[in-house]
Amino acid sequence: MTTGNREPETGGRGRGEPPHQRRLSESAKDEIRRLMAQFPQPQSALLGALFVAQDEAGYLSPAVLEDVSAVVGLPLSEVTSVASFYHLYYFKPVGRYLIQVCTNVSCTLDGCAEVLHHLRARLGVDVGQTTPDGRFTLRTAECLAACEEAPVMMVGEDRHGKLTPETVDAILAGYAEPRRPTPEAR
Amino acid sequence: MAESFLLKYVHDPGQAGLEGYLSRGGYEGLRRALRMAPAEVTEEVDKSGLRGRGGAGFATGRKWKFIPPDPGVIKYLVVNADEGEPGTFKDRTLLEGDPHRLIEGIAIGSYAIGAHQAFIYLRREFHRARRLLERALAQAYDARFLGRNIQDSGFDLEVVLATGAGAYIAGEETALLESLEGRRAMPRLKPPFYPAVKGLYMQPTALNNVETLCHVAWILARGADWYRQQGPPILISISGHVAAPGVYELPLGTTIRAAIDAAGGMRDGRPFKACFPGGSSSAILSPAYLDTPMDYDALAKLDVPGSMLGSAALIVMDEATCMVEIVARTVEFYRDESCGKCTPCREGTIWLSQVFDRILHGTGRGDDLDLLAGVARGMMGTCFCPLGESVPPSLNASLRFFRHEYEHHIRTGACDVRAVA
Repeated sequence: MTTGNREPETGGRGRGEPPHQRRLSESAKDEIRRLMAQFPQPQSALLGALFVAQDEAGYLSPAVLEDVSAVVGLPLSEVTSVASFYHLYYFKPVGRYLIQVCTNVSCTLDGCAEVLHHLRARLGVDVGQTTPDGRFTLRTAECLAACEEAPVMMVGEDRHGKLTPETVDAILAGYAEPRRPTPEAR
Repeated sequence: MAESFLLKYVHDPGQAGLEGYLSRGGYEGLRRALRMAPAEVTEEVDKSGLRGRGGAGFATGRKWKFIPPDPGVIKYLVVNADEGEPGTFKDRTLLEGDPHRLIEGIAIGSYAIGAHQAFIYLRREFHRARRLLERALAQAYDARFLGRNIQDSGFDLEVVLATGAGAYIAGEETALLESLEGRRAMPRLKPPFYPAVKGLYMQPTALNNVETLCHVAWILARGADWYRQQGPPILISISGHVAAPGVYELPLGTTIRAAIDAAGGMRDGRPFKACFPGGSSSAILSPAYLDTPMDYDALAKLDVPGSMLGSAALIVMDEATCMVEIVARTVEFYRDESCGKCTPCREGTIWLSQVFDRILHGTGRGDDLDLLAGVARGMMGTCFCPLGESVPPSLNASLRFFRHEYEHHIRTGACDVRAVA
């Protein structure tokens, strides 16, 4: 794999290369090594390492999976196998903000179908798709352990509850471009 | 009269920080534990009667006694903070409101079993809890409640915050250990892989739930006798069609009816139709069972197979609920979360889901109810771990109590439950 155009210290999004060719930055690799040092067996850091890679590259491209495999010292097949088991790793680019709408029992009882329907219409995408401007990817989620606020969704790292079509609109407006500090949601 | 303590401070500003925690008696339990012999600490927890609050309800003191006392053997304590049983949100509440309580419980438990390393396997979606825990851990190290020679006791403990990545099955203890070792979260065979014998890295490991360890901190701070006099309490996550969904601290044995009343009663005064008493892995109960105490034995002894206290997630449904839809959603959940290791779970959940799909799409067949019951029968006692066996209880109970709803769907292609909502 060619790495000729690489700028070692500035990995991640927003650089000139096509996303699928981006490699992990040195600082991301250092972070992975720091995680590995926390455990008696370095493979224990794999889940965290995959998030370091995903957070920087936006998704787990074959290029960054290769980098994770090299840093953690595991076969690429093993790294890919582990990553593919879990719901929160993405193998295709996702929007800047991932919207995860809980559709489990308590949220179903409290009207998540209406919320999801509204989000589909409002964003013009179906579940699993990304808005054309790259801002949002819509997904469903299993119980987010916040049933007291059902129906619930996550936008990026923020949790929002007691959703109605009206509050969903207001919440989405809060995630305007350019990126702003994410609100502390409770 | 029982005093509320588990939730007493979770909404107080500053409680998540060390100063706030210390000002309200924090780390008194650890200080007391460190003055006792490790075996005495285990004995105190055993005497308290505490049973694990993750779902299985195993006695915590007994669990710790399984760990070999030999100091030459490396042991670990692992915290299951991968709360994911549908309807359960008490651990998240504790993590966000009282993170030092968990750290204190971890230190006490590790001291009792002789572990010098502990791991918190935290659900990935708990971003707020992660930020608070990271800060709390750093504070605890600085104040020497963690690290080397804790409070000059000679006891060393390191706590590592690990992450999940989105997998319900990782809540199963051996699958959690696989995940914590950096692999696919697939359960291990028991025996021989009982965590207390061959756990993390094949070493003896105590696996405890977040709420369990918070109880431990209180038990050591106030004593087992005091604890027993308080009920003892459990945290019940109450959601669905109640007026005030939330986490409630109630004495073990509070009836389902009283728990619903504690949560403000039924929303808009609508009649109660059914509930899951212990998350979606438990059976569904009908109004005839409203006076059942929310207690391990009372729920398990009902004539409804699979009825259990579990994680005490009470999901309440009113008369406007379509039970076929709810059970279909539950089956889909287990289908999507099955790890695929064993056939009855992997295939059974898919088959059930296909039958539910056609019933809900108005193309159900006359013999579909027998088919559902037959597939469910094939999953009982045959699955590798509890995930697959979590499906039949709610399905069978719904076929028993709400069979007419299924029959109406199959006969008419429509739901006979008036959508009042």
